[in-house]
Formats: sequence, C-alpha cells, structure tokens
Amino acid sequence: METTNKIRVLIAKPGLDGHDKGAKIVALALRDAGMEVIYSGLHQTLDQIIQTATEESVDVIGLSIMSGAHLPISEKLIDMMREKGLADIRLVVGGVIPHQDIPKLKEMGVAEMFPGGTSFEDIITSINNLFE
Amino acid sequence: MIRFIEDCDPTAFEMLKLLYPHSGNAFIIGITGSPGAGKSTLIDALILEFRKLDIKVAVIAVDPTSPISGGAILGDRLRMQRHATDEKVFIRSMASRGQKGGLSRATKDAAVVLDAMGYEIIIIETVGAGQGEFDITSLAHSIGIVNIPGTGDGIQTVKAGILETGDVFIVNKSDKPDADELVHHLIMMINMRKASKTNWTAKVLKTIARDGTGVKELADTFLSHFDFMKKNGLIDRKRKELEHLYFHSLLKDLTLEKLLLFMKDSEDCKKAEKKIRSRELDPLSAAELMVNKMTVFQSNNKET
Repeated sequence: METTNKIRVLIAKPGLDGHDKGAKIVALALRDAGMEVIYSGLHQTLDQIIQTATEESVDVIGLSIMSGAHLPISEKLIDMMREKGLADIRLVVGGVIPHQDIPKLKEMGVAEMFPGGTSFEDIITSINNLFE
Repeated sequence: MIRFIEDCDPTAFEMLKLLYPHSGNAFIIGITGSPGAGKSTLIDALILEFRKLDIKVAVIAVDPTSPISGGAILGDRLRMQRHATDEKVFIRSMASRGQKGGLSRATKDAAVVLDAMGYEIIIIETVGAGQGEFDITSLAHSIGIVNIPGTGDGIQTVKAGILETGDVFIVNKSDKPDADELVHHLIMMINMRKASKTNWTAKVLKTIARDGTGVKELADTFLSHFDFMKKNGLIDRKRKELEHLYFHSLLKDLTLEKLLLFMKDSEDCKKAEKKIRSRELDPLSAAELMVNKMTVFQSNNKET
C-alpha cells in the first residue's frame, strides 16, 4: 500500500486572550502547505490541549499566545506532554514572544518559536524541517 | 492507530485484523447535511445528551482536503471542545484526502477501532455536501440528515439522493422563518416513500442546536431507532449487509492496488505510454489493450 504521510498540526490558543486572527491565518497557511490542521479554537485549557493532541494523533502542537504567559504555559505543557507519553510531539509557539525569551523557551524544549513578524515561509520551512 | 490507518501504513492492516473480531457492538449514527447546517454543533449537543445517559460516545468528523494543496483545516472539533477532557468521549477529525462521497476510506477502519475500544455510540459526521453523499449509508446504522429552513422549495425534498436514505430528518435552526414549511415538505416526502422494507418510518424533528432545543428528543429518536432495529433483528441484518459491503470495497481496493502496482512498472505500460506520446495509439485503446492482455482476464474469457 502506498503510504500517505501528512503532517498533522493542532493549533490551539491557551488562556484568556481572545485574539485568534493570527492563529487562523497561520492555520490557513499550513493548510496551503499541504498539512492537516486541527483548529481547536480559543480559551483552551492545557488538559484540553493534551487530550485533543492524543485523540487527533498530531505531530505538532502550535500554541498561539498573546497574553505574555508563554513561559509558564510552555513549561507546564511540556511537563504534561512528558507525563502523558507525548514527548515525541513537537511543540511550537507563536504570538507575542519577546526575543529575550527565545533561548529560555528553547531550553525548555520548545522546538520552534515564531514571534510576531515571522513569515509564513519561515514557519512552514521550520515545521517541515522538524520531520526531515 | 487511526493515524496508521490514515497514512495507509501496512501495520494498520495487520492491527485491524486483530481488532475486527472485537467490533460489531456499537451503534453507528451518520450525520450529513449541507455546509453550515449545524452538524457539528448538533453533534456537540447530542454528545451531551448521550453522556447524561452515561453512554460512551466517539465522533469521527470528516472535513474536506484541499484539492489544491492536499492540506486541510479540520474545524468540526472546535464546536465540540467542551467534551475534550471527558474520558468517555473520543473525538477524531479526519481529512477526506481526496475520496469522493465525503468520507475517507479510512473512516470505516477508524470506526472498527473505536467500536473495538468499546464506544457504544459512534457518530460519523460527513463533510458538508448533501445530495451525493451515499457513502455514509455503507457505514452507519442510522442516518440523520440535517436541513435548514430557507434553502429551496418542496421540489428539493423529492429529488433523488441522500434524502431517500434518511432515518431521521432534522430541521435545525428551526427558529428561522419557513422552518414549519420545511418540516411539512419533509413529512410529505416521507409519506410518499414506498413502504420501506424495514418499516421504520423516518422521523422529522425540529432543533436549535446552539441552545439545545429539541436535542434531547433527537437523542431519544436515535436510541429508539436502535431499539427498533434490535427488536426486529434488523440490526444484525444491517451489520451483515455493511460487512458484505466492507468486504467488497476491500476486495476492490486491494485488487486495484496490486494490479496497478504490477502494471505500472511493466514493459507493456512503458511501451503504451511511449506510443501515446508519439500519437501512435490513443489512450482508450491503449488501456483496453493492456487490460485484455492480462492473463487473469484471458483465462476468464475462455471459460465464458
């Protein structure tokens, strides 16, 4: 049988900020790059994100965070992913991410960071590169 | 596991063989209807009703794959996220990956897995399409068709197509004008059906999925359809019928895959391609020639 492997991405917005335009536009760009994007919407708890990622068997979790809470959220989520045996899923984070936080996120185990202003092309290339 | 199925990974086939004997207990509901009719929102509300009865529910939600990029945005789940952390609810989105009929081939296999996992009700949501979506009838035991008011006159309800197959008709967004007219047309259409073999008379229900109006009745209707089928031995008959269809579609897929694999790399095929390019042969004759040349078909011809 011919295998048809596609990159599956969960796009989620944790927490309270309600700006989902960025997440939607990125979802669209990833679709156009041939990926399957599960869009789970606003105000997701970390439990919801973990459960959704499990049920949907995704390769990537993409968080869109504009609230400034990217550090604690990413740290907690990575802990939970390890705990639930999801350590092989890659976590990427986009949104309002100050440059000085990027090394910290990297150290935590976030695979890629896409601060505001990153081009679609860069996002797509980086995600594709994670699986080569 | 479902991921392996979607990716046509060979291990999936072996795993499915092991799981298959454990399936065959779930009640499978198909939900279809045009885009924006409220299928996902309705399913979200249905999950809530089934959970009140402590029934384990799985949902397979199919959304279209882009014919241009091969990618997809799977957004049905968005409407059902409040159930995400309920351990007795399993929601899986699938992309149609270019299969016609609105359901990916993998859907059936995924339903087998969820069935074997012990989910009592499996709801399959088709891509929003409508008149041509027959695939769902080869998967589900009960078909719910979601309609919305204001989308056409009475003649739409008597056209051939998916409407002929519905067991439960849902008039969603029934607070909109013309809902009663649509109910009326649907009832008329059902009355005009030939007395169906199963003697289950299709029901028409009004709902407003967003606030849950009428959804309890809808859940009850599906359950009573299931009861009805169980009492009359219809469910066994239906399961056997679907199993038969499953076998034949597998047979078709596997044969095609094997044959194509074999033919694609053959010398004959390369020759034919060359002849077509040089315009010595038209594609129709070339294809016919190749098939006729195959030994399987030749021995068949001799017998007949």
